[in-house]
Amino acid sequence: MREFGYQRAYDVSGAVALLDGDGEARFLGGGTNLVDLMKTGVERPARLVDVRELPLNRVEPAEDGGLRIGATVTNSDLAAHLEVRRRYPALAQAVLAGASGQLRNMATVGGNLLQRTRCGYFADVTSPCNKRDPGSGCPAITGEHHNHAVLGASGHCVATHPSDMGVALAAFDASVSYETADGAGKLPLADFYLPVGETPHLETALPPGALITGVTLPPTATAANSRYRKVRERASYAFAIGSVAAALDVRDGLVHDVRLAFGAVASRPWRARAAERALTGSPADAEHFAAAADAELAAARPLPHNGYKVTLMRNLVVAVLSELAEEAAR
Amino acid sequence: MTTATRGAVGTAHPRVEGRDKVTGAARYAGEIPFAELAHGWLVLSTVARGRIRALDTDAVLAMPGVLTVLHHHNAPRVDTDYTGMMGSPPDPTVGLFQHDRVPHMGWPVALVVAETSEQAREAAEALVVHYDREPHDVAFSAGREAEAYALDGHMPAVVEKGDLEAGLAASAVVVDAEYTTPEEHHNPMEPHAAAARWDGGRLEVVDSNQGTGWVAGELASLFSLDPASVRVRSEHVGGGFGSKGVRAHQVAAVMAATVLQRPVRVVMTRRQMFSLAGHRSPTAQRVRLGADADGRLLALEHRSLNQTSAFYDFVEPSAASSRSMYAADAHHTASRLVKLDVPTPTWMRAPGEASGSFALESALDELAERCGIDPIELRVRNEPEVGPVSGLPFGSRNLIPCFREGARRFGWDGRDPRPGVRREGRWLLGTGTAAASFPTLAMPSTAALTAEADGTFTVRINAADIGTGARTALTLVAADVLEVPADRVRVRIGDSDLGAASIAGGSAGTRSWGWAVTAAAQELRRSLPPGADIPPEGVTVRSNTAEALGALAQKERHAYGAQFAEVAVDPATGEVRVRRMLGLFAAGRIVNPLTARNQFVGGMIWGISMALHEEAVRDRASGGLYGADLAGYHVAAHADIPHIEADWVDDPDPDDPVGIKGIGEVGIVGAAAAVANAVWHATGVRHRDLPIRPDRVLLAGGDA
Repeated sequence: MREFGYQRAYDVSGAVALLDGDGEARFLGGGTNLVDLMKTGVERPARLVDVRELPLNRVEPAEDGGLRIGATVTNSDLAAHLEVRRRYPALAQAVLAGASGQLRNMATVGGNLLQRTRCGYFADVTSPCNKRDPGSGCPAITGEHHNHAVLGASGHCVATHPSDMGVALAAFDASVSYETADGAGKLPLADFYLPVGETPHLETALPPGALITGVTLPPTATAANSRYRKVRERASYAFAIGSVAAALDVRDGLVHDVRLAFGAVASRPWRARAAERALTGSPADAEHFAAAADAELAAARPLPHNGYKVTLMRNLVVAVLSELAEEAAR
Repeated sequence: MTTATRGAVGTAHPRVEGRDKVTGAARYAGEIPFAELAHGWLVLSTVARGRIRALDTDAVLAMPGVLTVLHHHNAPRVDTDYTGMMGSPPDPTVGLFQHDRVPHMGWPVALVVAETSEQAREAAEALVVHYDREPHDVAFSAGREAEAYALDGHMPAVVEKGDLEAGLAASAVVVDAEYTTPEEHHNPMEPHAAAARWDGGRLEVVDSNQGTGWVAGELASLFSLDPASVRVRSEHVGGGFGSKGVRAHQVAAVMAATVLQRPVRVVMTRRQMFSLAGHRSPTAQRVRLGADADGRLLALEHRSLNQTSAFYDFVEPSAASSRSMYAADAHHTASRLVKLDVPTPTWMRAPGEASGSFALESALDELAERCGIDPIELRVRNEPEVGPVSGLPFGSRNLIPCFREGARRFGWDGRDPRPGVRREGRWLLGTGTAAASFPTLAMPSTAALTAEADGTFTVRINAADIGTGARTALTLVAADVLEVPADRVRVRIGDSDLGAASIAGGSAGTRSWGWAVTAAAQELRRSLPPGADIPPEGVTVRSNTAEALGALAQKERHAYGAQFAEVAVDPATGEVRVRRMLGLFAAGRIVNPLTARNQFVGGMIWGISMALHEEAVRDRASGGLYGADLAGYHVAAHADIPHIEADWVDDPDPDDPVGIKGIGEVGIVGAAAAVANAVWHATGVRHRDLPIRPDRVLLAGGDA
């Protein structure tokens, strides 16, 4: 493990100034992912700028009636927040479905968005990996890929994004605020993660040296009737093999509004817009839910050992939307 | 405490070192301080087969704090041409840095020693090693049977009785099924760690192992030392499960301590343990059962294939445990090996029994289904009177009472045998059962017992408490025979200077050591009349069980159990959750109910893990493991473990001089089969490949 410098920042501009766009430096949030990666040698920063003490630890009403979540809000605090639970229940459920109590007490919203894939080849510095070591190759495509991407991957990388929280944020059209030395900026979550293409090592559209300051959720009534379902290989403390964040507004038996996002199937939280389009205006029944899932999954390009994810996601969409429709009907 | 002094054995007693462990006062091998301690860090190969062409040591030697880099050009020579305590030559992996050949991914190629652990690690990771790669082969599968060979390991490889084909041909019902289990790793919570130093011409090693005498003997042989000049201590051990014998870390520490003439500690990382600590081989098994219409077996065949390294034979004898389970006139069992470019497998909790029982006990369930007989009744009908192959009489065999009592408590009676018909919301429910057995073994042991002048007693025996509660059990055994309160007995263990004794292995520890302690305590009572004066130095007696062990009548001696599981399966997502589990065991005299329950439940939890989660995936291109850490290698988490109950039936054996049977391993045996059988009962789908992953369940579908 490389020796590294450590500095603590107390305000946003100070943090950005301390990092100074240094490619060898990293912001340190809860450290629940970065420190692990430093131990295994995947990350070897010369310097850490600790941002946990920044005054970004609040969940507040936004001007437009939505919610603004500070970047250093912990996963535990986010999941416990009453407004989050009332207005965006899938978000609270998604956060609680991740990691363990101890990790959620440390992990921050900003760090959660920036966590790295749990692909085993990425985590093993003795293995080739285009994401870690551009141009070295992707052993997952012909090797172990039971839990790799079926949507939006490329011949250069088939890793998935591990976040649960991000899936709910994608469903609710969240945007990410950041600060650079040149001022503040904002990115819709839909544009936050870059397509994999030939550059899987480039993961986000954040400018160099930028610090995530928060996430904004727009107001949406549909989100109040929402749910997150995560499937994993054990009951707890495992990353998803497939997950769905869904929100549903049914009026007179027809789908008035629907939000769907998938986790563990792509390099980013996957907003299922094709499914949403197919379903809007349709009867809210299992048959149409399945057809909507199929509309989205038509783009799936499974590898030899992860084709089950297509079946899994279809079943999950039907199950979660059916539950939401049933509850709305009560 | 009152004067109640009888019955220490059989009364729940917390671990005597429990307070030290929970307060951190108990020191483990990796945290015992030494003056001038240097730190070694192993460098493992990044190719699966080939030769080391060069090591760029100059740059590393110039790094801060680095003291030396040991490798095949400069390491002390060791002798691997000997037969160790376990009756076999050593795994050549402990012949560290003796040549330039790399036989598997993760083979130790160098040791970097530095002033601090961090410096050693940074330097070890910076060491560039150049290899001449050669093609490797790590592809284990049932299809490799043709190139496999039979070899006796700790069980005979092939045992055949009767005419198998004739038996099958005469059978009204035949089950012919193939089962697989994946490569599995023990990974005890405490990593392997050893510190070595020379002290007045004597080699002292502080280690975490399952037998200090075993490790001391191997180190003496490897380094050509007088056995009396090697002392190995291992006071507290955070789990072993078969992985903690002589391994690369002890040898590396001794080499470095010898070269540098100062104490050196070497600790394995979690990731290194996946290469250096051994593993359970994957198995491909075929079971053929032939029975009459009433389910009485006419023929039983169990064949198993396992992998071993290219340079050493280790047999996972999955078929061997079937030899004592069920009666059949034609009875064929065979375990075979195929050599691959992988690390050598080793003993891992119930080696053979855990993997073999998955196949045999699943096949029994399939036979029960075909015959339309309750799975417990099927086992009753096939209960042997004598060893089915050996013809030897049984010691106590209380398998059926385990099933009967388990069935009563689990609510088995009245179970609807039809699969796939119980639904609760999105879940399909089912129940399953399976038998467990594990041999009752013993190894010769010596003990010393001192009656101290202050009225207390000191037991000295080179036992190993690897988390089993052995220290506490032996305290109770001594107190019971001496008829004194347990708090007047102290037990010293984990030091090769204490003399020869059994390792903690084969579930033989407490039986073997308890035997020696009992003999010493009986001798002390004989030689020390009540009220006799005790001199200041105390009165010491010694025991040695070698002769008594040799005189033990040849019998089929085993511990038994019946496993019951209820599972819920969501066929839409493939999720399987165990809802409750019950294990009823017949394991002789239970010394300490508290730690015994811990052992049984621990085994059962591991069985759930084996059924649903555990799987080391070997990447065929690199030859290494994919996700070799505890994030990638899943074991059951707390949320996977439901209400689990373990209990036992009376299991007296009047002919047995100790009456204590091993309990460390029988708890995992049959557990995975009980879960798999329950998954069938829930869904109507047989899962013959472990683990029963969501993708497998999803793709297999279900009746619903």
